[in-house]
Amino acid sequence: MKNIPQKVIHRYLRHDKKFPHVWCAGCGNGIILGDLLRAIYNLGLEKDDIAMVSGIGCSSRMPVYVDFNTLHTTHGRAIAFATGIKMAKPELKVIVITGDGDVSAIGGNHFIHAARRNINLTIIIVNNNIYGMTGGQCSPTTPIGKFATTAPYGSIEPNFDLCELAKCAGASFVARTTAFHTTEARQIFEKALQKKGCSVVEVISQCPVSYGKMNNISSAVKMLELQRDNTLPIAAYEKLPEEKRAGKIVRGILHDVEKPEFIDQYQKLVDSLSLQKQEKFDESKKENKSSKSEESKSQE
Amino acid sequence: MSTDRKAGKPILLQGNAAVTLGALDAGVQFFGGYPITPSTEIAEILAKELPKRGDKFIQMEDEIGSIAAVLGASIAGLKSMTATSGPGFSLMQENLGFGMQTEIPCVIVNVQRGGPSTGLPTSPAQGDIMQARWGTHGDHPVIALYPDSILECYELTIRAFNLSEKYRTPVILLMDEVLAHMRESVVLPPKDKLKIIHRIKPNVPPEWYKHYKRNPKYISPVASFGEGYRFHITGLTHDESGFPTQVPEEVNDMMDRLLRKITDNLDDIIQIEPFYMDDAEIAIFAAGVVARSAKEAIIQARKKGIKVGLIRPLTIWPFPDHDVENMLESTRAVIIAEMNQGQLINEVKRVTKYGQHSRFYRIQKYNGLVITPDEILRKIAEVA
Repeated sequence: MKNIPQKVIHRYLRHDKKFPHVWCAGCGNGIILGDLLRAIYNLGLEKDDIAMVSGIGCSSRMPVYVDFNTLHTTHGRAIAFATGIKMAKPELKVIVITGDGDVSAIGGNHFIHAARRNINLTIIIVNNNIYGMTGGQCSPTTPIGKFATTAPYGSIEPNFDLCELAKCAGASFVARTTAFHTTEARQIFEKALQKKGCSVVEVISQCPVSYGKMNNISSAVKMLELQRDNTLPIAAYEKLPEEKRAGKIVRGILHDVEKPEFIDQYQKLVDSLSLQKQEKFDESKKENKSSKSEESKSQE
Repeated sequence: MSTDRKAGKPILLQGNAAVTLGALDAGVQFFGGYPITPSTEIAEILAKELPKRGDKFIQMEDEIGSIAAVLGASIAGLKSMTATSGPGFSLMQENLGFGMQTEIPCVIVNVQRGGPSTGLPTSPAQGDIMQARWGTHGDHPVIALYPDSILECYELTIRAFNLSEKYRTPVILLMDEVLAHMRESVVLPPKDKLKIIHRIKPNVPPEWYKHYKRNPKYISPVASFGEGYRFHITGLTHDESGFPTQVPEEVNDMMDRLLRKITDNLDDIIQIEPFYMDDAEIAIFAAGVVARSAKEAIIQARKKGIKVGLIRPLTIWPFPDHDVENMLESTRAVIIAEMNQGQLINEVKRVTKYGQHSRFYRIQKYNGLVITPDEILRKIAEVA
C-alpha cells in the first residue's frame, strides 16, 4: 500500500458524521478554514486550548467541522459568548468566526464593544457582501448599486468598512486579506492569533451562488480573479497617486498597536484588591497587637 | 449597602442584596449584566464583591450580550448569573432559549416592574409570569422560582443555582419590585449548613465522552471547555454528541430529554406553601408580595371565623398542578390575587376539574400599587 502523507488540515477535521459540509461549490469558506488550520498548525497550538465560537450564517458553520472546543451560538452573539468564555478561562485561545451580516448588522454592538475593551479575541470575519445562508439578501457590506434579493433595484445604502470600524472602535490589530491570497491569509492569521488584544481579520470571500449570480459575475473563478485584481497590499496602495486609488481595496496588516488588554486589566484589578485585603489584614493584626499590649499595660 | 454576612444574627437586608448574598453563598463566579431598574443593586453589589474574590464581573453592552456572556462563562465552567427587569428580560429571551436547548446551567433574576414596554420602572407588577414560561420561542420546560420574603430571596437564589446545576438548565428567579427594594430583618443560616450542588463532571476518557449522553434520567455529566473534552455546542437541534441533526428519532430524543429531565423530577423541583389550608373552605392563590398581603388578610378573616387559607407557589414553573388540584378539592371557592390582568388564574382553572368554574374569584390590580390586605379581606367577605 502506498504511504499517503497526511494533510495538515486532516489533523484538525472531525471525521465522523459531519461531512459532506453545507457549503456550495465555489464558496470561499473551505479555503479560509484551511488557511486558519494551517496557521494553527504552524503555531503549534493544542486542540484542547482552542475555543472556536461562531454566530449564524454560512461561515458560522465552520466550528462544527473542526476538532476544538466549538460553540455555534445565536445570530450576531458570538463575540458576547466568547467574552464570557475568555473571562472564565483566559488560558483558552478564543477564535470567533463570523460573517459580515452576523458581525456588523445584528451583532454590531458586540463587535464595537469587544474592540473598545480590546479583549484578547481573534475575530475572523468572512465578508462575502451578502447574506448567503438565507439566499442572498443585502448586508451592511453590500456596496452601493450592487444587487441582492432585498435590494432588487441595487443597494442605495453606503457600506461599512469593517476594518476602519474595528480600528476606530479600539481593536489593537486589524488586517484584511482575501480568499484568493491564501499564503497572506495564513500569515495574517498567525499574527492575529499571537496578538494579545482584540484582533480583527476581515477576509473578503466569494459567494458565487448568491452575490455572483445577482451581480453578473459568471463564476467563482471570476470572483477570485476580482479579489486578485481589485486589491492591493497596503505598501503598494500608499505609493499610488490619489487619483488611482479609487475602487482599490487595501490588504495586509492595517493597524497593529500595543495597548492595555481587557483580561490583563481585569487580573490587575483582582491582584490590587487582594493586595489591599492583605495590607488591611496586616494592619488590623498590628492594631490588635498594639491595642492588646496597651490593654495589658493599663491592667498593669 | 450592607452585604456583611453574619450568620445566626439578625441583619437588616434589602431584597436585591439578599439575592447577591445567596448567589455568593451558592458559589457564583461570573456575573454579566446591564443596568436596569429595579434590579441594578444586584449588579452594583457583585461589581464590588466578585473582583475581591478573584471572580468575574462584567457590565456588557446590552442585555442580549449579558446573557450571552453568562452562557459563555458557564460553558467554560463557571457558576454564572445575570439580573434584569422586564425590558431586559425581553431582550434575553432568544439566548435564554439557547441555554435551554443546549442545557447550560445559569441563573437569571427578573425583578418585575410594570409593563408592557418601559411601563412603570419603579413600581411593582406581576406581568412577566407568562413571559417566564413562554417568552422564548419553541417548546420547552422552564424552572422559575418566586420568593415572598427577603430571607426567601436569599434561599431561592441558592436553590435556583442548585436546580440549574442539577438539571443543566437556566433557572429564572422572578421577583416583585417591592421585594427587591424592601428591607427586612433576616437571620442567615451558617454557611456549613447550606446544601450547594455543583454540576456533575464526566469521569470517562475524552473519546468516550458525549455531551448529551442518552440516559434514563435524561441528565448526563457535563464537561467544560478547556478540560480536554472537545465537543460541539449548537442551538440547532442536536444528537447526543451535540452535532446538528434532522433525523426524526434523534430530534425526538433531544426534545424528550429536555422535557423529561424536568417532568420526571417535579417532586424535587416544586415547592409550595399551604397557609391555613387544612380546614379552608375558601382558598387564596397568590405569589410573591401578594401572598404576604393574603396572609395578613387570612389572619384577620380567621378572627371573624371565616375558614380561609392560602396556597403560595415558591416554584411557579413548572406549575404545581397536582398540589393545587389536591388542595382545592375540598374548597368551595378560590380567590386568585395577582398584580396583572389575569395570568395565574388560567393556570389554576386549568388544573381544577371541569365544571367548577363558578367558584373562581379574582383580584387583579395593575396600577402600580400592591394588592393590600384590606382588598383581599373585602373579597373574602364577599365570597364567604
